[in-house]
Amino acid sequence: MYNFEFVKPKTLEEAVAALSAEEAQVLGGGQTLIPTLKQRLAAPAKLVSLSGIEALQGVRADGGVLTVGAGTTHATVAAEAGAYPALAALAGNIADPAVRNRGTLGGSIANNDPAADYPAAVLASGATVVTIAREIAADDFFQGMFTTALNDGEIITAVKFPIPEAASYQKFEQPASRFALVGVFVAKYADGVRVAVTGASEDGVFRWSEAEAALAANFAPEALEGLAVPAEGMIADLHGSKAYRAHLVGVMTKRAVAAAG
Amino acid sequence: MTQVTMTVNGKAVSGEVEGRTLLSTFLREHLGLTGTHVGCDTAQCGACTVHVDGKAVKSCNMLALEADGASVDTIEGQANPDGSLNAIQAAFQEHHGLQCGFCTPGMVMAAAALLKENPKPTEAEIRHHLSGNLCRCTGYHNIVKAIMAASGQDVAAVAAE
Amino acid sequence: MPKDHGIGASPKRREDLRFLTGAGNYTDDINLNGQAYVHFLRSDVAHGKINKVDTSDAEKMPGVLRIFTGADFEGVGGLPCGWQVTDRFGQPMQEPAHPVLAQGKVRHVGDPIAAVVAETPEQARDAAEAIVLDIEELPAVVDMKAALEDGAPKVHDDLTSNLCYDWGFVEENREAVDEAIKNAAHVTTLELVNNRLVANPMEPRVAIGDYNPATDESTLYTTSQNPHVIRLLMGAFVLGIPEHKLRVVAPDVGGGFGSKIFHYAEEAFCTFAAKQLKRPVKWTATRSEAFMTDAHGRDHVTKIELALDADHNFTAIRTETHANMGAYLSTFAPSVPTWLHGTLMAGNYRTPLIYVNVKAVFTNTVPVDAYRGAGRPEATFQLERVIDKAARELGVDPIELRRKNFITEFPYATPVAVEYDTGNYHATMDKLIEIADIAGFPARRAESEKRGKLRGLGINCYIEACGIAPSNLVGQLGARAGLYESATVRVNATGGIVVMTGSHSHGQGHETSFPQVIAEMIGIDESMVEIVHGDTANTPMGMGTYGSRSIAVGGSAMVRATEKIINKAKKIAAHLLEASEADIELKDGQFSVAGTDKSVAWGDVCLAAYVPHNYPLEDIEPGLEETAFYDPANFTYPSGAYACEVEVDPDTGKVTIESFAAADDFGNIINPMIVDGQVHGGIGQGIGQALLENCVYDENGQLLSASYMDYAMPRADDVPFYKVDHSCQTPCTHNPLGVKGCGEAGAIGSPPAVVNAVIDALQSGGYKVDHIDMPVSPARVWAAMHG
Repeated sequence: MYNFEFVKPKTLEEAVAALSAEEAQVLGGGQTLIPTLKQRLAAPAKLVSLSGIEALQGVRADGGVLTVGAGTTHATVAAEAGAYPALAALAGNIADPAVRNRGTLGGSIANNDPAADYPAAVLASGATVVTIAREIAADDFFQGMFTTALNDGEIITAVKFPIPEAASYQKFEQPASRFALVGVFVAKYADGVRVAVTGASEDGVFRWSEAEAALAANFAPEALEGLAVPAEGMIADLHGSKAYRAHLVGVMTKRAVAAAG
Repeated sequence: MTQVTMTVNGKAVSGEVEGRTLLSTFLREHLGLTGTHVGCDTAQCGACTVHVDGKAVKSCNMLALEADGASVDTIEGQANPDGSLNAIQAAFQEHHGLQCGFCTPGMVMAAAALLKENPKPTEAEIRHHLSGNLCRCTGYHNIVKAIMAASGQDVAAVAAE
Repeated sequence: MPKDHGIGASPKRREDLRFLTGAGNYTDDINLNGQAYVHFLRSDVAHGKINKVDTSDAEKMPGVLRIFTGADFEGVGGLPCGWQVTDRFGQPMQEPAHPVLAQGKVRHVGDPIAAVVAETPEQARDAAEAIVLDIEELPAVVDMKAALEDGAPKVHDDLTSNLCYDWGFVEENREAVDEAIKNAAHVTTLELVNNRLVANPMEPRVAIGDYNPATDESTLYTTSQNPHVIRLLMGAFVLGIPEHKLRVVAPDVGGGFGSKIFHYAEEAFCTFAAKQLKRPVKWTATRSEAFMTDAHGRDHVTKIELALDADHNFTAIRTETHANMGAYLSTFAPSVPTWLHGTLMAGNYRTPLIYVNVKAVFTNTVPVDAYRGAGRPEATFQLERVIDKAARELGVDPIELRRKNFITEFPYATPVAVEYDTGNYHATMDKLIEIADIAGFPARRAESEKRGKLRGLGINCYIEACGIAPSNLVGQLGARAGLYESATVRVNATGGIVVMTGSHSHGQGHETSFPQVIAEMIGIDESMVEIVHGDTANTPMGMGTYGSRSIAVGGSAMVRATEKIINKAKKIAAHLLEASEADIELKDGQFSVAGTDKSVAWGDVCLAAYVPHNYPLEDIEPGLEETAFYDPANFTYPSGAYACEVEVDPDTGKVTIESFAAADDFGNIINPMIVDGQVHGGIGQGIGQALLENCVYDENGQLLSASYMDYAMPRADDVPFYKVDHSCQTPCTHNPLGVKGCGEAGAIGSPPAVVNAVIDALQSGGYKVDHIDMPVSPARVWAAMHG
């Protein structure tokens, strides 16, 4: 690692001030950032840890919306997001227990790894990403792999998830990293169904609108018969071809619908 | 350099570290607690697992300064006060849950975290819980068995030789 | 009742106390006063010409002590290869130089170009980044067949081609085998890949060089399976340091699996630099570095043909294999695809004619050498896969086809130059059928099918040659070293015993199992015996631990030395008891005179040896310490039968291991608990190879599976509990303990069972798939189903 100055502010205001320095960068749980720093693939002059900021912590359900503080760890979401069981289940299956004790929701979606789990939940839930500056709709937030609508120094403070009538996340794991080779989050709301796919696309998490339309008419696995995402644009790597990933999108979507019930 | 202070295995410790100093480095190089091992650089192998404020974390994937003020437990603090092996350690020995010993500290710490949350885990729960701890020697058989035994469950039925 | 003491007992491991409390002493736990750190600047291209390495800026960086490049090693030897293979035309293999730091060219990603020694690891790395390289990238060869084409880029310009050797075995049989295959009633052909693997012991490699100017002595602390071998290779061939000025210490070592046998550049570098700088120099590999510097394993591409007569007797086997050597010859690399592979092609079967052809090829990849099983898994996989395919083609039961061809009479001389001393292949198959509940399979399959899953059963046999090896034989085969083992048994004055062994324990539990043998022989408690290993300063010259050799060869040396001790102790006892030596019996730690009640205790005899006031000084020397070197008369031949049941998810291609059973014949067993553990671990690695692990380079020689993010290691939830049994025991006939060795069996025997099971599952679902290369990943299974 290159060396850097480490600061751990207690309040958002202090964090914002710290981030105004040249080459300052936010540190969430660090579960992706620290390995990146070890490889010397990033060289921040200052790391601003958000782990000391009370305001970023916590899970609360209110009026059909589950609000999760951006600094909340996956383990805490798994334990405390009972109002949104599919989200709790997703959080409880990210990486491994030790990583879940450090990794945070804000860190995950700000990084927007194309194989991360949380982006699928945020997008499928039509959630709102709250930052120090504004509120960003999920559909506007994710802008391709490792790219988001966040400006430099813009800290995510919370994500507001409208709680669906039924939902499920089904992940087919990449055998080495255990990230999603394909993960599909299906969420059924009174006004429609949203289907978000992670792991599969070169453009990062995306909504499968054809499936959404079909499921809005008939929320059952059979409704997806004959539907497929095109292989074009899917990721191809050691662990699966474009065609395989496209196929898995269909399989995992059906399973998510079946599990959501 | 910045001063860092924490409680490690019940004792207050402090040291001067850089921003980039990892918790694992602080434990191994500054405190000489070399039982915490580093087996990878991508937070996958779990050999460096310790508890920070009672929760298992990968100490090679956490900055030492993040643990300022925290209570840290490592493998060196796991034995009973009289020096005898604790229930998990004893079960690992009894059931041959270790061979080369390199992953072992992480395995023991991961197992301790599991049993705290889930005192009678099923085989599947144990295997799932260990997904962030790699062992190359045992094929996991005797590790899983040891953890079941440490939780007071009868292992003969599930893992007959 | 299981024994609680001596041979056959399972005492708890004494080494566990330190490992379970964080008190182990691994190489990276060692820090020496004044220690400096080295960072290696490594090639990021697979093949390139080094035009210039400009260290001038880097040398001025904070903390830098010195920067070394290839030029600093021009007067120093290269890393030696310990085995010379002679090709089928009688010519020696092509053997390239292997400099410690690259000279002229880089030949694989990870090849070290320069080494920065600095006060801290981060300063060394900072300075390495400031080195200015001018490297002209050259076209790389990665695919073995392409590497042998005319006009292919050459990995080594001074060699005639990328062919290391073209080996034929047994060359005299070549035409007879061709003829037998031509005339066979049925020939089954299979082309397959034995996937390239990375050993991945959980402890990455570490080396610390130290030098004492006052005594001119160098010490290397290293993560090695065989410190004496490293001392010999590095001292004699690389650095020119005589053994009496060089000590190599391999303390607690966190697994090896073959990858820590070899002498690596970093070991030589740290020893060399410590002497130059008069300071200890430490290197600790990151896992990322391990992926591109530890010797890899396997990487064979094979075509095998099995000929059968009308009665389904095997009549001939012919194989053609391309074996990847990587960019340089690692220490034992040439022996793996030849003598550790070709000699096993008979397997458990009577096949009168066998011909094995191996072309070993240089490519721009990390050197490839022994990994758990080394050659024998490759042989077993081909053979057991082609037999399964033959059974399917002929419409016969795969177990019956195997049984029909089993070797049943021993000793048995195979047509591939080895003689099996004992075995009982029907017995292990019978035991397997019992423990795997083969009879219950149809019901389990039906249950799986109800859940929409395809269930398959795969079985296979294996044989391995281990306990390596008879020195005179391996010498004829090209080994440049002997493969005996040594032990010194030092009895102390009050009866306690220290055994200094040339074997090395890096997970095998020798500190527990070796004392069981001595306790049994003398009739004393195991706690009176301590094992010392891993330090050339206090162990006799020994060849170390690999090839399932420790108990068979190292244990035999210890037995021989203990026999000498007992013989001498009997003389002393005879003197003390005023009896004839011939009448002295040793039982339960007491020497007694046969037919009388006169006896003297072990401890009293030992004390007499060191306080020889009443002692036959005119006949024997005082003291009680003996050394033995044991050179085995033959290999040992563990064998067994394995079964795997899998479920395949037809929607995704994902394979789940539902059960795994292993019935092994290891001959006599010293510690059943440790043996079970060795088999479990081997099976875990074999399942890893079969389902998960794959070391992949792209066409430019970039390593794609360069971390655990892409190299799939087996995890706890990838595997089931295993059923293992070693009650079938045909003791080895030629070593004193009747033991065969058990370290590699699991890794050798398990991959074909897994793949056979997957094929069985797919066939049961109507998919006409007769082979899938390992790893049988979900993507590959799905592709095969929809091929």
